[in-house]
Amino acid sequence: MSSVFDFEQPPDLAWCPGCGNYDIIKSVKAALDELDIPRERIVMVSGIGQAAKLPQYINASFFNGLHGRSLPAATAIKATNPELTVIVESGDGCTYGEGGNHFLAALRRNPDITNLVHDNMVYGLTKGQASPTSRRGFRTPVQITGVFLEPFNPVAVAVSMNASFVARAFSGDVEKTKEIIKHAIMHKGYSLVDILHPCVSFNKANNFSWYRNNTYYLDDNHDPSDKGAALERSLETDKLPLGVIYINSGNKTFEENLSAYKNSVIPLYVRKLDAEKLMRVIEARRY
Amino acid sequence: MKNGRADLSIVLSGEAGQGIQTLERLLMKMFKLSGRYVFSFSEFMSRIRGGNNSTEIRVSSERVGSFIERIDVFIPFGPGALARFHDRITGETVILGDPAFIEDRYRRGGYTVVEVPLSDIAKEIGGKTFLNLVVMGLFAGICGINGESARSQVRSYFSRAAAEVIEKNVGALAKGIEAGRSIARSWNIEIPPATSPDASMELLFNGAEIIALGGIAGGCNFVSSYPMSPSTDVLVNFAKYSEEFGIVVEQAEDEICAVNMAVASWYSGGRAMVTTSGGGFALMTEGLSLAGATESPLVIHVGQRPGPATGMPTRTEQGDLLFALFAGHGEFPRIVYAPGNYVQGFNLTRKAFYMADTYQVPVIILTDQYFLDSNCTVPGLAIDSPMSASSIVATDEGYRRFRVTESGISPRGIPGYGTGIVCLDSDEHDEAGYITEDFSVRVEQMNKRMRKLQSMGPDSIPPDLYGPVDYRCLVVSWGSTLSCILEAIKASGRSDTALLHFSQVHPLHEDTKKYLERARYTAIVENNYGSQFGTLIRMHAGREFNRKILKYNGMPFSVEELAAEFKKFT
Repeated sequence: MSSVFDFEQPPDLAWCPGCGNYDIIKSVKAALDELDIPRERIVMVSGIGQAAKLPQYINASFFNGLHGRSLPAATAIKATNPELTVIVESGDGCTYGEGGNHFLAALRRNPDITNLVHDNMVYGLTKGQASPTSRRGFRTPVQITGVFLEPFNPVAVAVSMNASFVARAFSGDVEKTKEIIKHAIMHKGYSLVDILHPCVSFNKANNFSWYRNNTYYLDDNHDPSDKGAALERSLETDKLPLGVIYINSGNKTFEENLSAYKNSVIPLYVRKLDAEKLMRVIEARRY
Repeated sequence: MKNGRADLSIVLSGEAGQGIQTLERLLMKMFKLSGRYVFSFSEFMSRIRGGNNSTEIRVSSERVGSFIERIDVFIPFGPGALARFHDRITGETVILGDPAFIEDRYRRGGYTVVEVPLSDIAKEIGGKTFLNLVVMGLFAGICGINGESARSQVRSYFSRAAAEVIEKNVGALAKGIEAGRSIARSWNIEIPPATSPDASMELLFNGAEIIALGGIAGGCNFVSSYPMSPSTDVLVNFAKYSEEFGIVVEQAEDEICAVNMAVASWYSGGRAMVTTSGGGFALMTEGLSLAGATESPLVIHVGQRPGPATGMPTRTEQGDLLFALFAGHGEFPRIVYAPGNYVQGFNLTRKAFYMADTYQVPVIILTDQYFLDSNCTVPGLAIDSPMSASSIVATDEGYRRFRVTESGISPRGIPGYGTGIVCLDSDEHDEAGYITEDFSVRVEQMNKRMRKLQSMGPDSIPPDLYGPVDYRCLVVSWGSTLSCILEAIKASGRSDTALLHFSQVHPLHEDTKKYLERARYTAIVENNYGSQFGTLIRMHAGREFNRKILKYNGMPFSVEELAAEFKKFT
C-alpha cells in the first residue's frame, strides 16, 4: 500500500528482519494518510534507539535528538508553533528509562502531542540489556541472575497522573494499532500509546506468540472516561489490556496555558519584537 | 566627620527576610532621583531566613560601578550584624543605628557611633516592618533630599498596598527624615553633592534584569530553565515579561530538559535561551553538543558561582570560563561572551541572538553573582532591530537543511513554513539531514560546520583598551571585573597603566597578541584560582603574564585590593 509518506527511493532500513517496527511504521503511515494532515505540518520527534530511527523512514520533517530527550523537544516544538502536528516515536528505554523524568513532566504539562512508545521490554540497539519494562526474571548479559526490579507500568502511571489520553496497542495488529494511533493524534492533549512489539534478536521471552497469549482487547463495556475502571485495567499485568484505556479531556493543554498565547495564537516565528514597547519598559527605569 | 570624598559608601546588614532588599531598591531610586550616581552589591548566605545578608550602596557625584572595602556609614539591622564586618569598620565609619544592635566594643576605642532608637520609632508607627522606611527617611534627612519627592516615591512603591499601610509607611519615612536632619546638624557626614540632572536621568537596573531585557531586545521568545542561584532572577524577569512580549517561559523539570527544549524551539522557529549556573550548565553539555551537531542556534546564560559541585551557591567567581569553552563532546564552533558592565550585558545578550541565528552556533554568555546581584545606572540603552530579525527562510520541495556552502552557513528553514520538510539529526547526517556513515560526507559536513568560525570573523568583538595608548603596564581582564579595575587604576595613581578588557572571550580576537607585545609589564586579573583566561591567552597568543592577580574566596575584587596590587607593578 503506497503512502504520501513514502520516499521515491526506499531508505535502507536499519531494523532486523521480522522486527515489530516494520508493522508499527505501517500503522503510523496509514494513520497519517487517513487523517490527511498536510505533510509539511507534521513533525516526527525521536530520541535514540532502533524505534527512534522511525522518523528517518517517513517522508516528513523530523527532529531526531538525544537519547531520552524526545519529550522536551516535542513539547517545545509544539509550544513554539502550535499549528504543527507533533508525534514522538521512541522506545521504552528512551522514554521510560533515560527520559523518565521527562515522561512524568509530559504527563503533568499536557502538551498537545502524540507519544508512540515502541515497547519491546528490552534494549535492542545496545544488544540486549533490561529495559524499565522488562519482566522479572528476564536474563540478559548484564542482568545475569534475571531482572529483579519492579517493572515500570507506564499505563498505570499515566492514568494515575490524569493523563489526557492513554492507550496500549500491539504491533502485530496493524489495523487496530492504526485506529488507536489515529484516535491519539486526533485527541487534543498529551496522548500516550504504549505499543507492545517483539524484538526478534534480543527478547526471546516476550516474542510474538507471548504477546498474543498475554494480551486482550478491551470491549465496548469499558468506559475510558471512568478513571476508576481505567486504573483497574491499567494495573492488570497478567494479561495486558489493549485499546484506549483512559481519556481525560478536562485539562487545558500546555500551549493553551502559556502566557505567550494569551493575547495571540500565532506561532512564534511569525511574531516580531515590539521595539517601542520594549523601549517604554526600559525608559520607565529612569523613574 | 569629613572624609574628603565625592562618594559615600553605605552598608546595610541584617538577617535574611528582614527586607533589606526592599530598602536597597528604595534607597537606590531615591539617591538616583536626587541627582547622584549609584551602585549596589548584595551578598547573602544560602538560606531563606536568618544568617547575615548585606548590601553595599555607593552614592557618588561621579559614575560608580564597583565594590569597595571602605564603609562610610554602617547600619546594623540586628544584633551581630556588625561582627561579620569588623575588619572593614574603622574610626572613620559612622555606625548608625539602634543601640540594641551595636555591641559595646564599638562604644570604645575610637569608633564613631550614632545611636538612633530606630526600632522604637518603627514600633510607634506600627511594628518593625516599618524599620526600612525609617532608615530610608534617615538618609533623606541626612542628605537633605526633598521630602516630598521621597514621599511620592514611597507612595508609588507601595501603590498596591492598602491606603492605611501606605500612610503608615509615609509616616515612618517622615520620622526618619526628622531624625536624619538632626543627625546632619550634629554630625558632619560628608555627602556627595548632587552634580547635575544627568545622574537623575540615568536608567537603574539589576544585573539579572539587564540580561533578560537584552534577550528580549534580541527577539528572545522562548525561555526554558531550571532555577539555580545566581541565575534564577533572569528566569524570573522573563516570566514577568512573558505575556507582554509573548515569551514562552517554562520551568523545566531539569536542565537537560531546558536545553533540549531550547534547541527544539529554535528548530520550529523560536528564539530560545536558557539561564543557569555551573552545575546546571554541566547537565546541559550533551544538549550543547546537540546544538553543535544540528547547527542549531542557542543562547545559554551562565551566572557563575564558586564550584566545584555545589560550591558556594550565593557567592561569586569566574571559574567556568574554560568549562564553557570546552563543554560538550565533539568539535563544533561556539562563541563565548562575558559582559564587563550593564551596557555590555544588554548589548551582548542582544547580539548573542543575532550571532546564534546568523551563524547557527551556540552562544554562551558568562556573568557571575557579582554582576547579577548588583544594581547600577546606565545612561541609556538602544534597540538595534537587525539583532532581533530572524534569518529563517521559506522551504521549497527540494529543501536541504545542511546544504554545503562556501560560508558554511546553510539557509535555515523551519517545519510548517514553505513546502519543504526540515530534517534534523543528532547523528552525522547528509545535506538533507539523514543519518550517514559515509566518511566523505562526514568530512564535508564537519568542514562545513567548522568553516563558520572563519565566516563569523568580521562580527568578532575586539578587546577594549582603556587608558593611555602608550601604556607601559597592561592589565588584562574579562567579564565583570571591568569597572573595579578601572577605578583601581585611577586610585593607584598609575598613569602608565592601561586595561585590556575582553567581552568576547572566545574566539579570541586576533589583536590580542599585538596589545600584549606593546607592554613592558603585564598582569591578569581574574576571580578564579587557576587564571583560566591567562591559560587561554597562552594557548592562543603564546604569552605569559608577569603577574597574576587572582581571588577565589567567593567575593568580588575590591577597588582597594586591586589598587594596592597595581601600585606594586615594576
